[in-house]
Amino acid sequence: MGIANALQNSALGLAWHALRGHRHWRPFWRTPEPRASYDVVIVGGGGHGLATAHALATKHGVRSVAVLEKGWLGGGNTGRNTTIVRSNYLATPSARFYDHSLKVYEGLSRALDYNVMFIPRGVVNLATSRFQLRTMRRRVEALRLAGVDSEMLDVEAIRALMPRLQIRSTAGCEVFGGFIQRRAGIARHDAVAWGYARAADRAGVDIIQNCEVTGFERNGDEIRSVQTSCGRIGVDKVAICVAGHSSVLAEKLGLRLPITSMALQAMVSEPIKPVLDVVLDGGFYVSQSDRGELVMGGGTDVYTSYAQRSGLQRVEDNMAALVDLFPSFARLRFMRQWAGIIDLTPDSSPIIDAIGNVALSCGWGSWGFKAIPAGGECLAHLIATGKPHPLAEAFSLERFTTGALIDEAGSSGGMDDREPLL
Amino acid sequence: MKRIDCPWCGPRAENEFTWGGEAHIVRPGLSCGDGQWRDYLFTRSNPRGAHQERWCHTYGCAQWFHVARDTLTHRIERVYAIDEGPVDATG
Repeated sequence: MGIANALQNSALGLAWHALRGHRHWRPFWRTPEPRASYDVVIVGGGGHGLATAHALATKHGVRSVAVLEKGWLGGGNTGRNTTIVRSNYLATPSARFYDHSLKVYEGLSRALDYNVMFIPRGVVNLATSRFQLRTMRRRVEALRLAGVDSEMLDVEAIRALMPRLQIRSTAGCEVFGGFIQRRAGIARHDAVAWGYARAADRAGVDIIQNCEVTGFERNGDEIRSVQTSCGRIGVDKVAICVAGHSSVLAEKLGLRLPITSMALQAMVSEPIKPVLDVVLDGGFYVSQSDRGELVMGGGTDVYTSYAQRSGLQRVEDNMAALVDLFPSFARLRFMRQWAGIIDLTPDSSPIIDAIGNVALSCGWGSWGFKAIPAGGECLAHLIATGKPHPLAEAFSLERFTTGALIDEAGSSGGMDDREPLL
Repeated sequence: MKRIDCPWCGPRAENEFTWGGEAHIVRPGLSCGDGQWRDYLFTRSNPRGAHQERWCHTYGCAQWFHVARDTLTHRIERVYAIDEGPVDATG
């Protein structure tokens, strides 16, 4: 067992399996039948649910943990996002939280013994007005004060980083400058889910796919069991990590949340030779994947949605932005487009909090992938100790009552991209 | 693209309209507690299915009106006036 595990992801292991005709690879995780009860049941087998299970089992010694996933592992937003990992958030609590997440990403392949292909290729934001350039300078200085690497770029530096970028566009837009976070980059989304799943499984977590939670049974204020499509499962504590479906599960718990679910789209072009080294971020974002495809996305669709499909308006908006920024990409064909349902809070910041024996991790909106390692650590800390993790104290539900909102410019749809109304 | 039947201008393309969020949220009195004010400002039902919401025909007549729409199928069940109360979602 130990040797087989050690051999799985090494050059020696690969050679060993090659000699035996690749017929003896073992599945990365077990497919167990659910037990009658668990100490902790995590609803949602995306990145956050799996990272939480992993942290509970490896950091807090909680061994009786199940992850229930209604579909397949990482088949929701974890497998649908555009894989950008960065920590250039304006508000200090966010910058600290996401920078911790980025630091974990830097060593995640080694920690999980699984190549998550994190590549710190740099994330660039552009300013297309003088106003935007000013707010950007403020963001850069705030980031540097929070200890996050960040530097302004002039037009020449941007031209050197992205030779194909059109500085003065035919539609009348002009790039006035920008900024870069060089430590930021992209990681392979499926590998993050699979790496966490395999590590959690090895630590004794039961991962149960095709198991939908349909209801909760309570005894007084506490949830005592979870009703699922695989039967009734007793629980000591429950964690909800279901992104866009948070309000639906909250309703089954008798809770109402400050969350709106919307469709966020992404799309990829046909693969081409390397033309774009950095990640271009902002209201519209594009990067080139290892396979050569241009991966891109933009704002959410403009109305609430639980349909995991795309509206045509945003496809058109994204194409217009792409061709205006990079005219030579106009000849590319597009291969796929899809959508995920994201859970937006009014202040573009997440919620990591507990109500009774239910722990909630939601409101990740369009910034959930980069938050996976830190989100998992913080939620596991809350479940195991009953106290918020120091990095997540600001992300309480209480802030919507007290008014201590974290109006976050670094998130998509945040203040930074807004033009003044006058 | 979705077509929305503006009560004043007739069917128009989605990109002429602005979505205005959940409808029929009642503003509490000034003496309300922090919890009620939070619910008024931030708490939303966000259902998977029937939803009643406000829309504005921004790039047309600029009038606000109500729409009963399904958030899973995107199907518009009914368009009704801004001064009409909530409709029976099952109807």
